Amino acid sequence: MRRSGYRETMGALLVAGLGLSAAACGSDESARPTQGTGATAAGNAPVSISINCVPPKTNKAERQNFEDDMAEFQKLNPDIKIEKASDAFPCYEPRTFEAKLAGGRLETVFYANFPNVGRLMESGQAADITPYLDTVKTYGDLNGSTEIFKKDGKVYGVPTDGYGMGLVYNRKLFTQAGLDPNNPPRTWAEVQAAAKRIAALGPGYVGFGEYSGGNTGGWHFTASIYGHGGDVITPDGRKAAFNTPEGRAVLENLKQMRWADDSMGSRLFIKWEDLMKAMAGGRMGMMLGAPDVLVPLRNDFQARFEDYAVAAQPEAKALLNGGKGFMINPKATPEQIRAGLKWIEFQYLTPGKGQLDYERARSQDYPVGQPYPDLWKAGSATGTQVLDARKQHATVDPAQYAQWVEGSKGLPAKPEPGPYAQEIYAILDTPMSAVLTRKGADVERLLADAEAKVDALLAKKG
Amino acid sequence: MRGARGRPPTRRRRDVKRNLTAYGFLCGALICFAFFSWYPMVWEVVLSFQRTNFVDPPVWVGLENFVTVFEDAAFGPAWKNTALFTLLALVCGYGIPFVVAIVLNELRHARAYLRFVVYLPVMLPPAVGVLLFQWFYDPEAGLFNQILGFLHLPPLDWLNSSDTALISLVVVSTWMNLGSGTLIYLAALQTVPSELYEAAELDGAGLLKRIRHVTIPQTRLILLVMLLLQIVATMQVFIEPYLLTGGGPENSTVSVVYLMYQYAFNFGNVNGGNALGVMLMLVLMVFSALYLRLSRDDTKEEAPR
Repeated sequence: MRRSGYRETMGALLVAGLGLSAAACGSDESARPTQGTGATAAGNAPVSISINCVPPKTNKAERQNFEDDMAEFQKLNPDIKIEKASDAFPCYEPRTFEAKLAGGRLETVFYANFPNVGRLMESGQAADITPYLDTVKTYGDLNGSTEIFKKDGKVYGVPTDGYGMGLVYNRKLFTQAGLDPNNPPRTWAEVQAAAKRIAALGPGYVGFGEYSGGNTGGWHFTASIYGHGGDVITPDGRKAAFNTPEGRAVLENLKQMRWADDSMGSRLFIKWEDLMKAMAGGRMGMMLGAPDVLVPLRNDFQARFEDYAVAAQPEAKALLNGGKGFMINPKATPEQIRAGLKWIEFQYLTPGKGQLDYERARSQDYPVGQPYPDLWKAGSATGTQVLDARKQHATVDPAQYAQWVEGSKGLPAKPEPGPYAQEIYAILDTPMSAVLTRKGADVERLLADAEAKVDALLAKKG
Repeated sequence: MRGARGRPPTRRRRDVKRNLTAYGFLCGALICFAFFSWYPMVWEVVLSFQRTNFVDPPVWVGLENFVTVFEDAAFGPAWKNTALFTLLALVCGYGIPFVVAIVLNELRHARAYLRFVVYLPVMLPPAVGVLLFQWFYDPEAGLFNQILGFLHLPPLDWLNSSDTALISLVVVSTWMNLGSGTLIYLAALQTVPSELYEAAELDGAGLLKRIRHVTIPQTRLILLVMLLLQIVATMQVFIEPYLLTGGGPENSTVSVVYLMYQYAFNFGNVNGGNALGVMLMLVLMVFSALYLRLSRDDTKEEAPR
């Protein structure tokens, strides 16, 4: 009897182990986003979708708003059921994205920030939504940021936020250094002069901060060279295009500030939050940054909102287009794609609803009046409506953004340099870190080396 | 197992029966290893020969992923940095715990307290330890440059120069791993029979001679095993460059695992990352095989005693 007891135990252990593993791996059936179930009020077949980017529970008011929005959306669309809403933060996490996709756990509608969109399209990890675009009624009013979601004439996503690069500066430090906070630098020569004045305030003060590692250096090199009117890759995407006078200007400018003027400090900034922390710390005068930087400076890095403002990128001829949007799971059914697009439109692109409900935002003391999302064609019906509402309910001082709005008008917005932007950024980290750490760095040679590397990379990718 | 009842149990069957409990316990570990270690490893090898986007069926591409990473401009620097890091970590980090262990073993007072202090860094989450050093290394207000200033020495660039960044990371890694190494050596030292020391002392051996002729020969195997384990661990250096330098300045701290991370998560090329992983695994397997060989010799030698 004991023997069979053992056998049972062994059997139970094995079964438990296998069961666990099966549960952990998921099955093929779950690979497809959830299918519709249940009854429907309208005549259409019911459809279930899942979404992400729900505000975290710690952010009670925003969470409540979002849940109210979901309820309203489902009431308006009784045939659509939001079956799962994920609040994982950050909304896009490259470390889990592919695991979720492989395991069938990726949401029907998923968030993507502009730098990742090209790559997701290139590798076929987002659904082609071209035939369903008529679902988003305001799509025609959107500006050039829709281009970011296009590849070979097909559309793979919808932008829901967008902004061009600018110059973020600390007004308080400007005053302290005897500079006019209402008249920020408009040229790089003026930036250099202002940076020198701020650095002269004492040890630990940094006039201008810049990234140099972990792919952020290449990212800001791109923003800078776009501003100078240059490019990172050729229009056909086959060759590097930054070993030019514009590219040299970017590096020479940094070299001048770092070594000749000694106005950049000696600390290296490698992660996105590094510059944000330094800026919020109150001893850094200026950095490249889009207008969307001010709110996180206050919310996440405890900076005094009123102390900061954003001006136009100096001497800019074009602006790197930052922003985010939503894409659809490549395994979604046509019905789910339509339902997902309806959700995107409702929550992010409908004046007076969701993220554009400025009246509600003002009543809850959220900042209203920032010049983004900058998503609509000038003069379009939706754009005018959004701008009017934003102005009407504004809670922030428009002066904090006025210089950026004025100075960026009419500047073309340029997307990241192709689907291999991150690889290119990693290569461009080298010249950026070189000019910021080595006094005798040879700008020409650094650019030539990086050019050869990017050429080789692009040749391989064909 | 079916039909076992009623038949006279063979010897083999008896052995199995006797060991059933042991197999039962083994089962849990085996399942864990199978699903969390071996299965991912096999999958890694498979993925390194495929191109997949996790949507369409994967395509077999032979050695294409290996060629891609091999031709990457950062491939050479990554291996060079990893080898240099491992070497420097051995030079700096391998001897220190042994010396600390000997000192702690010789001390008569405050032993428990000192052991605790030495082990403390191991208890810090690695990310916290690494970020602590970010402050130590700060070129302006950092502790290290303050100390140098106090001693009237010129400040160093630490992480901010391609000349010193890698060695700065070695210091972090040595500090973080000092505690566990010391503890293992201490345990080994305590197994050395005290008669041997007494005999050596009677023969007139001083401290250094005692270490050379008694301590080191007696702990030789542990020393060797620790050497190999350290090589295997330090070749996988990731968190230090990831958190402190982002691979810079000028690629001077890109390690193989950092590059692997870039491929898998930033470049969206999981297959390239897997190819790098397989290459690293092959190199580490050589050291692991040596380790296995040594630990087997160890048990053989110990057995007759």
